[in-house]
Amino acid sequence: MTDKLITANHLGDGLVVFLTAAGGWSYKLADARVIPEAELEAALAIAKGQHEAGIVVDPYEIEATVVEGIPVPVRLREKIRAAGGPTVTYGEAEIAERAATLKHAG
Amino acid sequence: MYRYDEFDHEFVTARVAQFRDQVGRRVSGELTEDQFKPLRLMNGVYLQLHAYMLRVAVPYGTLNSEQMRMLAHVARKYDRGYGHFTTRQNIQYNWPRLSEIPDALAELASVEMHAIQTSGNCIRNVTADHFAGAAEDEVADPRPYAEILRQWSSLHPEFVFLPRKFKVAVTGAERDRAAIQVHDIGLHLKKDAEGRLGFAVYIGGGQGRTPMVAKKIRDFLPEEDLLSYSEAILRVYNLNGRRDNKYKARIKILVHETGSDEISRQVEEEWERIRHGALKLPQGEVERIREYFAAPDALAPLAPSPALAIERARDPEFDAWVERNTHPHRVPGHVSVTISLKPIGGTPGDATAEQMDVVASLAERLGFDEIRVSHEQNLILPHVAKADLKAIYDELVVAGLATANAGLVTDIIACPGLDYCALANARSIPVAQRISQRFGDMARQRDIGDLKIKISGCINACGHHHVGHIGILGVEKKGEEFYQISLGGSGDENSSIGEIIGRGFSTEEIVDAVETLVDTYIARRESPDETFLAAYRRLGQAPFKDALYGTA
Repeated sequence: MTDKLITANHLGDGLVVFLTAAGGWSYKLADARVIPEAELEAALAIAKGQHEAGIVVDPYEIEATVVEGIPVPVRLREKIRAAGGPTVTYGEAEIAERAATLKHAG
Repeated sequence: MYRYDEFDHEFVTARVAQFRDQVGRRVSGELTEDQFKPLRLMNGVYLQLHAYMLRVAVPYGTLNSEQMRMLAHVARKYDRGYGHFTTRQNIQYNWPRLSEIPDALAELASVEMHAIQTSGNCIRNVTADHFAGAAEDEVADPRPYAEILRQWSSLHPEFVFLPRKFKVAVTGAERDRAAIQVHDIGLHLKKDAEGRLGFAVYIGGGQGRTPMVAKKIRDFLPEEDLLSYSEAILRVYNLNGRRDNKYKARIKILVHETGSDEISRQVEEEWERIRHGALKLPQGEVERIREYFAAPDALAPLAPSPALAIERARDPEFDAWVERNTHPHRVPGHVSVTISLKPIGGTPGDATAEQMDVVASLAERLGFDEIRVSHEQNLILPHVAKADLKAIYDELVVAGLATANAGLVTDIIACPGLDYCALANARSIPVAQRISQRFGDMARQRDIGDLKIKISGCINACGHHHVGHIGILGVEKKGEEFYQISLGGSGDENSSIGEIIGRGFSTEEIVDAVETLVDTYIARRESPDETFLAAYRRLGQAPFKDALYGTA
């Protein structure tokens, strides 16, 4: 059986956060509390309370597997969220990356 | 272009103050998310996969250099140095902090920009031909009417809570560059036999999970009746459109379920009731709005530029860019320039703040201070003297904006997909990038010719895949991304919805599949003049299906 994490978006900046063991929220996946099925309901109740309190928005549980001590989301959508940004570079970094590729190719 | 009057200024400023108060109350805990969500959506603020997203309206895709500089400034100050131009001629910022959005909106308001009605179940930003007011084949500029519709529809109390969102597009030429037949209302501005201006009216087009080509319900609506007729359509929809199921709530479903003859009858009946009322457009008012869009005085005919011919002969890359990325202008000696936001391997529609500044500077110095956003996610300088093309091109090259691919296979429309969007099932951008790289060779692209590839990361079809000559829809299948191909779609005056060709392809297979389709077209076309779409319409699915799946 897979484990669960609880994730949400932070109210102020909208960024992806995870519920931690201390009952707070972290931007880092590595800080996420890995929640056994039996404790999920209680953890979700805490998270929903934080939604009501205006700390995070729309918390929900996701499936994860623990790999070398670090939880890894199962679904691609959640993997992408957990990475904190798109799977492609953007802005100036994208331009630099394309320039480097061209240089390499040339 | 249109300039705000006192009323517009007050209206937009008041809305910023109102939203600032709402954000403050949300952050302080006074408003719950359920209470706040509809309020933020009315101001263009979404909560996406990674962060908030702010969608700023660019009415009918028209802006000036000051506004473009402000878009760059907002990208730098409130975001991560870039923005994404969308298929609805708007711009989206992917990383704003909620508490700073009111400040961003206040800065935007200072240059007559806003985010009102860029989301929610209301009448959205009215879109128009990106070559409006410039194209050689235009009967009249559609933007005055788009502006009149904007004024009528902004916070129209009757239409603020429609069953679903509502999109209007206007074109002023026979050649439809605004995809009017896949909008809720499509207006084709034209002249009748007596030379009077009016509209062919289409309703019930759209994409999403139930794609439909619009039905023409009126061949000629006199100009003065634009608002009363639009109001009649909206009223029939607002009263009878379904509210029980959001997927069946668009006007296209109502038109489909009721039948276009009956809908047309209902609209005409309602219109008869109101057509002689307050909504009849006074000619003076139309002229007053039209004045705002009058061509600059300095836009006068010019003799052919001998220097241009010399430069084109000397520089084949410049020559190729002029060939692909300029469009005939109604004033001799001028063209409209397409600034491609589709560099090979790039993210379709993205521009950095630096690039926005470059475009603003070019528009100011060499483009009569006008810029357009196209629904194909490119930028346009609508009025450019041919003699200035080389100077513009040279600056675009430095800024990485001179890709000579307008309308070619790498000029791909793609939605943000699962890289950014909370609704997406699969990624769009990496697929677009890989297809772009595969066909990156310019000579090969030119040989392939006109070909529109459009990619959506979910059934909502923001990437317009239904009207792609090659449409690609990303789906999730057993936890993996899969891509379904449809062929033969088109969003022009001969609109059609693409047909699904067969089973989907994995991430690894999809680019090869597209190449197989292109190679099949090349092998089967009657001549290089026969486009992919024309060849598909002549040949049908069979040869493409055989090539993809074998004949077994």
